[in-house]
Amino acid sequence: MVRSKRENQARLAFWLLIPAGVAVFGVIVYPILRTLLISFFEVTSALATDTPFVGFNNYLEVLSNSTFWASMGRTLYFTLISTSLELCLGLLLAGLLNAKLRARWLFRAIVVIPWAIPTIVSAAMWKGVFNAQYGPLNAMLSQLGIIDQYQAWLGDPTTALNMVILADVWKSTPLVAFFLLAGLTAIPNELYEAAKLDRASWPRIFRSIVLPMLIPSISIVLVLRTVEAFKVFDIIYVMTRGGPVNGTQTIAYYAYTTAFSDQNFGVGSALSYVIVIVILALSAIYLRLLRRSEMSLL
Amino acid sequence: MIIKNARTNRLTVGIGLLSLGALLLSGCSLTGASTSNESKEGDGTGAINALFMKQAGYSEDNVNAMIADFESKNPDITVEPTFVAYEALHDKIVTSAPAGTYDVVHLDVIWPADFASKGLITDVTDRFPATWTDEMLGGALTSAEYQGKYYGAPWGPSTKLFYFNKEMVAAVGATEADLTTWDGALAVATKIKAAGLAEYPFSWSWSQAEALICDYAQLLGAFGGAFTDADGKLVVNDAAGVEALTWMKKTIDDGLTDPASITFLEDDVSKSLSAGKTAMALNWESTFRDSNDASISTVVGKVGVLPTPAGPTGEHPGVNGSMALSIGAQSTNQAAAWKFIEYMTSQSVQEQYVTSSMTNWKSSYTKTDLAASNPEVFAAAGVAYDTMILRPTVANYNSVSQILQVEIQNALLGKKTPQQAMDDAVEAANATIG
Amino acid sequence: MKRAQRNSVLVHVAAIVTSVVILAPFLWMVMASITPQRILITTPLQWIPDELDLSRYVQIFTGGSEGVGATFRAAMLNSIIVAVGTVTISMIVGILGAYAFARLKFRFRRAILMTFLASYMLPQIALLIPLYLILNTAGLLNTKTGLILVDCAIVIPFVLWVLSNYFMTIPEELEEAARIDGTTRLGALFWVVLPAAKPGLFAAIMFAFLLAWDEFMYALIFTSSDVAKTLPVALSEFAGRYTTDFGLVAAGGILAALPPLIVAVIFQRYIVSGMASGAVKG
Repeated sequence: MVRSKRENQARLAFWLLIPAGVAVFGVIVYPILRTLLISFFEVTSALATDTPFVGFNNYLEVLSNSTFWASMGRTLYFTLISTSLELCLGLLLAGLLNAKLRARWLFRAIVVIPWAIPTIVSAAMWKGVFNAQYGPLNAMLSQLGIIDQYQAWLGDPTTALNMVILADVWKSTPLVAFFLLAGLTAIPNELYEAAKLDRASWPRIFRSIVLPMLIPSISIVLVLRTVEAFKVFDIIYVMTRGGPVNGTQTIAYYAYTTAFSDQNFGVGSALSYVIVIVILALSAIYLRLLRRSEMSLL
Repeated sequence: MIIKNARTNRLTVGIGLLSLGALLLSGCSLTGASTSNESKEGDGTGAINALFMKQAGYSEDNVNAMIADFESKNPDITVEPTFVAYEALHDKIVTSAPAGTYDVVHLDVIWPADFASKGLITDVTDRFPATWTDEMLGGALTSAEYQGKYYGAPWGPSTKLFYFNKEMVAAVGATEADLTTWDGALAVATKIKAAGLAEYPFSWSWSQAEALICDYAQLLGAFGGAFTDADGKLVVNDAAGVEALTWMKKTIDDGLTDPASITFLEDDVSKSLSAGKTAMALNWESTFRDSNDASISTVVGKVGVLPTPAGPTGEHPGVNGSMALSIGAQSTNQAAAWKFIEYMTSQSVQEQYVTSSMTNWKSSYTKTDLAASNPEVFAAAGVAYDTMILRPTVANYNSVSQILQVEIQNALLGKKTPQQAMDDAVEAANATIG
Repeated sequence: MKRAQRNSVLVHVAAIVTSVVILAPFLWMVMASITPQRILITTPLQWIPDELDLSRYVQIFTGGSEGVGATFRAAMLNSIIVAVGTVTISMIVGILGAYAFARLKFRFRRAILMTFLASYMLPQIALLIPLYLILNTAGLLNTKTGLILVDCAIVIPFVLWVLSNYFMTIPEELEEAARIDGTTRLGALFWVVLPAAKPGLFAAIMFAFLLAWDEFMYALIFTSSDVAKTLPVALSEFAGRYTTDFGLVAAGGILAALPPLIVAVIFQRYIVSGMASGAVKG
């Protein structure tokens, strides 16, 4: 009796999940296999009919290319800095969103704005803000007497990359904050009350109550933002197009130019596979680390 | 790897097998491109889609007016134009090619080798009237030609001219004669800076984009250099190539060039000129029109235009920036597309819109009334089109250009010496040219 | 008491500073969209222009094919169709799947859910080349249908995750009461679970809408004309009549941001309640 009920449930689950499975994996499985296949051939045009088999040559070409390693390094830098900034600021912002505020609804509505603005729009906006000729950042800093000349904020490879990070942080921190806020509101009030009775200091409450309770939310946000940051493309496409001196060329943008500007679809596919492997490895390490920390904290 | 339940496992395997099967069935080619040779001619009527560049040259208004006129003369053909920024044009042609979205595409002079060798545009040698080769400017013809075959019709020659703020130049007691050489221009710039008329007298389109290569090409020509040798190998690490780059870097170090140039496209240079912040700049022909448009310019009537200044060798070739119209390889309405191209590139249409883009018909330049409609640009361009410097015509021009852009910027930012940068560029580029 | 007051003042000051940081660039963009280009590019910057220029909005709303107007309006329509289509399909498919994850017992339940979520980690760039070739073979390149299809693959895992977490917070007793009365499982899903899951549903809709509206890379490669081009792509190609006018980009950007902004501000109060359980039990 129990067993057959279980089988019924499994059958129902199968039928309920089929549409989602087809819609998601139907679009993913075949392309991922085909990318693998293409990565072993030389394909130099979207209309090519002559596509010689080259074995692992495309992979060798990718891995022996210094541009690839430089892009990889920049992407890791972008990911590390933007994710950690977003997490720290997101925590503060979540606390603020959770605080007793007059017109809290208004504050929350304001905070949601950067998240709602399409990435392309926010990238175009920041490109304007940093503009060397008429950008308001230059105008503000020079009118305040902080700089005496307009600066080309996107004119130096390192500065440009940091400015792109700034734009990404502005756009993504609210999302992180709302995720963490959801975790914060789930903490039972009694815990705070008990801590207050113990006359625990705020840093102590944060360390021994808030942080452990937030670990699941933090881990999700961390994985999510890391993956997103590693895939960053649209901000770069609009703000800098990878320049100057390739200083903002991230790995996804590099793969895009290889495939669609240089029309090197074989090498582009190999490059995509390398990215997939790195992201999977990164996520696996993350999840393992977090699981360990979760256990030690609980 | 995550272990799935038996059912999903079966499902995954099923989907996998199915997809592999489909791949084998469609196996005529890896890309899915068909090799069939069915006629794509069409019956010469119907709707055609055309992809144009916006900004420099013919404006959207111009193109739309031309289309309206074409449609009234050919009532059985309708043309649907799409305009994209130059920076998006190349990739758009690539990504739209397999779907055959566009019957007509706007081509830059550096792309025929790329697109023709990869089969993205149609060979129109048979349609191309033999007389055109004599009647058109040689520089413009290269924009539609690859390995002796024609892949489109030239649509306006183009080069970068030298623009200057007449007020500023006059204020330091200089004349047009001082601006015929780069040495002269430098001297004038130094005076303008000293007089405090402009913080940075020069601005350039030196961002990491094709625009940088255009400016470099023009200076390379002035220093008597060329991109490639007789074998088609890049040689910009020779004396002239390095000298040109050294000169560029020096104008930044001397405070004569706006350091923000490294983030500028032509459009930003045009804006800087229009805002009265820049005294001298290289830009395309249509900049003259823009600088005299009161809605976007504060220096209306104050901008002069000359051919690009000469270098130490006395040479002053302009960069060949001609454009062409081509038929997309997957277009199924090629007869109508060619009719449209013939009309757009015809002498009468090009002459009608000569303030936006110059014509590529030789006989236009002998018509005095035509020259009178845009005298300043005609005078400058007439000289400029005599000699033009061509960027390398290689199938993977895009990669070569990328390499050059990065290395030139490396030198401009002082991260490498000009010689080192150009050596590295030549090594990397020649490896990809193969 | 005094300390509490001081804290409250501090918190309010912090909230105001944060609001300014968030709003400042956006407000400048609004100003730029109504400042004439001639004034926009002058130094020193006029923060408040002495002359207002609404021509860009006029151009976008009424301009014919001679400007960006026609393209923009087509793209707006495309974006709405693609986003609504994607959200509808993802919600229907997602509700069914999420119910299975939340309520039914079957082997490897968690593993399958994780597989769905892991699919989100695949970078789009890895699927781009073959998807592009496949869509071409299927005749779906440069169509809204093709775009909806690929967007669903991104959105569904998210919807599954948010909804299954929310469904789990709904007491099972509610459903059992209905089922004792003879209602089927699906009946219970529609008549009992869904009405009780409103915050979760709204949060999922909002997520799905923002994801679909924001999607850029697929649209950039898979669409090439006004027939299917979405707003992000149209905006990235935006340029003025003669020169690129930042004010025009700003005006277009503001209009493109309006639909998601409205959705987000309306549904904002559900994010927290709709996600509250979600984030914790993920």
